[in-house]
Amino acid sequence: MAILSLRDVSKRFGALTVAEAVSFDLAPGEALGIIGPNGAGKSTLFNLITGNLRPDKGSVSLDGRDITAETPMQRCASGIGRSFQIPQPFGHLSVYENLLVAARFGGGISAAEAPDYCMDLLRRTGLAALADRQAGGLPLLNRKRLELARAMATRPRVILLDEIAGGLTDAECGELVATIRDIHAEGTAILWIEHVLHALTAVVTRLMVLNFGRVLMIGVPDQVMAAPEVREIYLGIEA
Amino acid sequence: MRKMLLPVLLLLAVILLAALPVIGSRALVQDLFMVLCLLVLALNWNMLAGFAGLVSVGQQAFVGIGAYGMFACVILWGMDPLAGLLIGGLVAMALSVPVAFFTFRLNGAYFAIGTWAVADIARLGISQWKALGGGTGTALPKAAVQEMPGIEAIRALIGGSKAAAVDALTYWLALALVMAMLVASWAFLRSRMGLGLQAVRDNPVAARSVGVDPVRLKALVFLLTAFGTGICGGLLFIQIGRISPDAAFSLLDWTAFVIFIVVIGGIGTLPGPVVGVLVFYGLQRLLADYGTVYLIVLGLIGIAIMLFARRGLWGGFIERTGWDLLPLSHAAPRPITPTDP
Repeated sequence: MAILSLRDVSKRFGALTVAEAVSFDLAPGEALGIIGPNGAGKSTLFNLITGNLRPDKGSVSLDGRDITAETPMQRCASGIGRSFQIPQPFGHLSVYENLLVAARFGGGISAAEAPDYCMDLLRRTGLAALADRQAGGLPLLNRKRLELARAMATRPRVILLDEIAGGLTDAECGELVATIRDIHAEGTAILWIEHVLHALTAVVTRLMVLNFGRVLMIGVPDQVMAAPEVREIYLGIEA
Repeated sequence: MRKMLLPVLLLLAVILLAALPVIGSRALVQDLFMVLCLLVLALNWNMLAGFAGLVSVGQQAFVGIGAYGMFACVILWGMDPLAGLLIGGLVAMALSVPVAFFTFRLNGAYFAIGTWAVADIARLGISQWKALGGGTGTALPKAAVQEMPGIEAIRALIGGSKAAAVDALTYWLALALVMAMLVASWAFLRSRMGLGLQAVRDNPVAARSVGVDPVRLKALVFLLTAFGTGICGGLLFIQIGRISPDAAFSLLDWTAFVIFIVVIGGIGTLPGPVVGVLVFYGLQRLLADYGTVYLIVLGLIGIAIMLFARRGLWGGFIERTGWDLLPLSHAAPRPITPTDP
């Protein structure tokens, strides 16, 4: 059974359709990449999955259980973690405290176990040396790492990554991809929006293309990237 | 050394404050009683506005409800004023539930105006209560106050009149409330909920995404501060001895001054209100003879602080020195490595 399923999910803002009858399944432990031009409704789709937005129609289920009416807090506790496209740290808290909040609330981890759990995640994401630093003053790479580490601190079974490799140098991007591969190897399912294709295809086994809120195609990365309609819409190459 | 010095100084200050009714004049006790009560209100308002982001200008509603609750217990049901205090606080907390239900639909400035309107509704409602004097108010029976538990023992200790013993008792209760508020605030802010609250203050959207429920945390703070504010209201009016809707629900006395204290001291820091109340008391003593000029100066200082030192005196001090008296942060556990000396 799929861990995450969307069935005919639609959302409109006035005359603008941001999601139209979106349906797909994410298998447990699978990594699915999402691509599409700017304004295709990719981040909106994440907001519909995490509960920051309610769909006008359709349903979202986790482990076959309908969670469409649940709040973001409930969905987080059920196992959906997310990172934000523009990093959203708790600026006045330390890096370590950013994770501690996530572990204690979303992760449901006890006060006794949370410190070690958070420090372990900080080491894995290369942030251990900055644990007591105020999160608001971090540079971009470390903010992105913090987004990933904080989302992981909620102990997700599905993690939603929103352009986490955007704006990084190749070396930085490679480091982040290695961490994400680790997370995936441990069995966490990944849904990943990304423009940096080589980062995405280093991890995901399937790609989904969104355009004007519709699913254009889902398939193996090579097939999808070779499809004429994808090349035309996404890469701007005339078929 | 420096680490030890400060707690010792603070302990001495508390001991000195506690000994004041024995060694000081009654006028000073009465003065400081009012200062301590304002500090309790300021600590409560700081939790609301500084940590939960709920900028209420209607906290006088809970002062008034707590005070009237206590008066009703004593006058209508013949209870002890100290029991009335507790009941007044509980009534204030109970009434904060419907208040939160309506005002939490509003944000920012709208929330502020909403709470103000609620406080005025409460004032107008209470002035219809004929059994407690309606619009003109009533006095607390002297006998009830002077028969509070411990009054005789205090008289024996400080050797004054019954009225002086009442002043001493209310003063000690105010001091105890200040200590309780400080300890409770610190413990709360250091707890899981406090951490969540600080996350919400920094970024509500991200907080929700990691499982923190902003509304639940804010509602909890609103309820608890209504309780603290209500008890303080009751205590204030045991000492004042007379109540009227205008005095009990005074925006200027129980909210405007309190906001001033928190803002100049340092909003969103625990020692801020303590610093603020000291400045406030100093200014009050200095300018007491100048009437309205006093209020104008207070207003100007408040505006200057908001413009040039937005984090207040204590906030500015932390920024300069990087040292905090009551830090709320959780330090990361230190890695245990064999190379550590």
